[in-house]
Amino acid sequence: MDQSTAQSETQHQSVTFSQGLALDCGRHLREVTVAYRTYGTLNAAKSNAILVCHPLTCDQYVAETNPETGRPGWWERAVGPGKPVDTDKYFVICANVLGGCMGSTGPRSPHEDDPLRPWGTDFPPVTIHDMVRAQKLLVEHLGIARLFAVVGGSMGGMQTLSWATQFPAMVFAAVPVAAAYYHSAQNIAFHEIGRQAIAADPFFYGGRYWAEGVTPERGLAVARMTAHITYVSEVALTRKFGRKLQDAAELSSLGDRFEVESYLQYQGSSFVRRFDANSYLTITRAMDLFDLAADYGGVLANAFKGTKTRFLLVSFSSDWLFPTAQSRAIARALNHVAANVSFVEVQSDKGHDAFLLEEPDFHRSLGGFLAGCAEHAGLK
Amino acid sequence: MSGPKKMRVDLALIAAMVAPGSRVLDIGCSEGTLIEHLFREKKCDARGLEIDMQTVTRAIGHGVPVMQGDADADLAAYPDGAFDYVILSRTLQAVEKPREVLAQMLRISTHAIVSFPNFGHWTLRLQLLLTGRMPMTANWSRMWYETPNIHPCTIRDFFALCDKDGYIVEEWLAADEEGARTPWRRSRALANLFGEQALFLLRKA
Repeated sequence: MDQSTAQSETQHQSVTFSQGLALDCGRHLREVTVAYRTYGTLNAAKSNAILVCHPLTCDQYVAETNPETGRPGWWERAVGPGKPVDTDKYFVICANVLGGCMGSTGPRSPHEDDPLRPWGTDFPPVTIHDMVRAQKLLVEHLGIARLFAVVGGSMGGMQTLSWATQFPAMVFAAVPVAAAYYHSAQNIAFHEIGRQAIAADPFFYGGRYWAEGVTPERGLAVARMTAHITYVSEVALTRKFGRKLQDAAELSSLGDRFEVESYLQYQGSSFVRRFDANSYLTITRAMDLFDLAADYGGVLANAFKGTKTRFLLVSFSSDWLFPTAQSRAIARALNHVAANVSFVEVQSDKGHDAFLLEEPDFHRSLGGFLAGCAEHAGLK
Repeated sequence: MSGPKKMRVDLALIAAMVAPGSRVLDIGCSEGTLIEHLFREKKCDARGLEIDMQTVTRAIGHGVPVMQGDADADLAAYPDGAFDYVILSRTLQAVEKPREVLAQMLRISTHAIVSFPNFGHWTLRLQLLLTGRMPMTANWSRMWYETPNIHPCTIRDFFALCDKDGYIVEEWLAADEEGARTPWRRSRALANLFGEQALFLLRKA
């Protein structure tokens, strides 16, 4: 089953499951491919595996140079030898999400009825729970009956929560970071701006841009720029750019550009080279659909009833996208069922993105929590 | 978790009240020394609640399960009978609603273990009598306008509250500042005069 598939120019390690996958929308994917990377060594008892779930626009290259961008792995600060998620000690798995564009089945994959063209906008809507079910196929394929831990930030935190509630017996410890148990109206609103920008791009062609040999770069870039603003705090933007001008010491002509503008444009343009627009639409929609409480009769605590999983929730004080109140509500829901939960808000002025950045307090908490759990799990 | 540490004597007294293998919540757990001890020595499923974020970070960094929160706001979230013991050490006098907190403790747990500095100690009484001003001691070291200890009580006050709210005192003792048990611990009046710290093991009637 293991193979490497050519999707763009890069070969991604992946496994294809011929049994396919039943989706929340009622459709059944006849076949599903999961692209993934692993780090470290699985021990003989297969008890030291940690699944890292990636956020919206990241991928499976969590702790190594990304073959598409040539940039360092997106979470090398947290995952690697001697890092909080220590690959000398744990076997780390990271899979590209269902609906993604880095080798896992998604809108850019061959259409199941017409393999000569991609799914495009025909790709069925997927949910965070669907993503997790695809990951479960991979985990079982690797022969792992129980994950020592599932760790993820932002959308990865949503997946972590989905893991802990769908398959609690498979998760010894769960670490949702900068996470939320539902996407708020504000979250959905920002995503909708991005989706509208993509749809309004003349190169979008109603999602059939692939048939025209173009990409809706302008729209995708604006989507990324909007989203990027939500990932940082006002303080962080001010510290980095203030009102500094590009190529000028002071405002001399009204045509001068602010540094923050060119920074955002860079963020946008580097993103369009690596991300598929239809994937972006699919994944943002999956996040919008996430509401764990609604899945359990409107009572979040019911999602965790009887859980034996040990939880660590981490939020960041300046994160206004997935604010501390979200993490605290999850912690309280876990208290409702007397679950074993640790919760800390890390003081940081870097906004939502803080979980990806240098935050010693976060890294100490993550490493210490996992070490404590390892002792409880009987890992040496 | 790190290696064994020397524990404060009052924490050792508390640990001695906890049955092995029980479910424990330590409110105001600081860096989690007692939690770690109860896990290692008594195989307890112990967790903590701590108000100070930096302290929580250190506790979690040591592998101790601790949640940031406070006794006044967060106990309401737990279900009835979730624990065998809920511990509140040297914190009762600092909470906003001590009576409510006690009631919550004995709702979510079979037993409550409470320690507090005794405001009835003779040095405090004498200072108030002689100077006519709020007493200042090692235990009560901050001025009245900035002390976090907004609800001081004496050992007899605490007995009275237990009577009023129907809590059974299974065990109690008075101790000096180092936590050593004191010989007159069987007399409430003497304990109230000479005990610097009080420690109670309660259950609901």
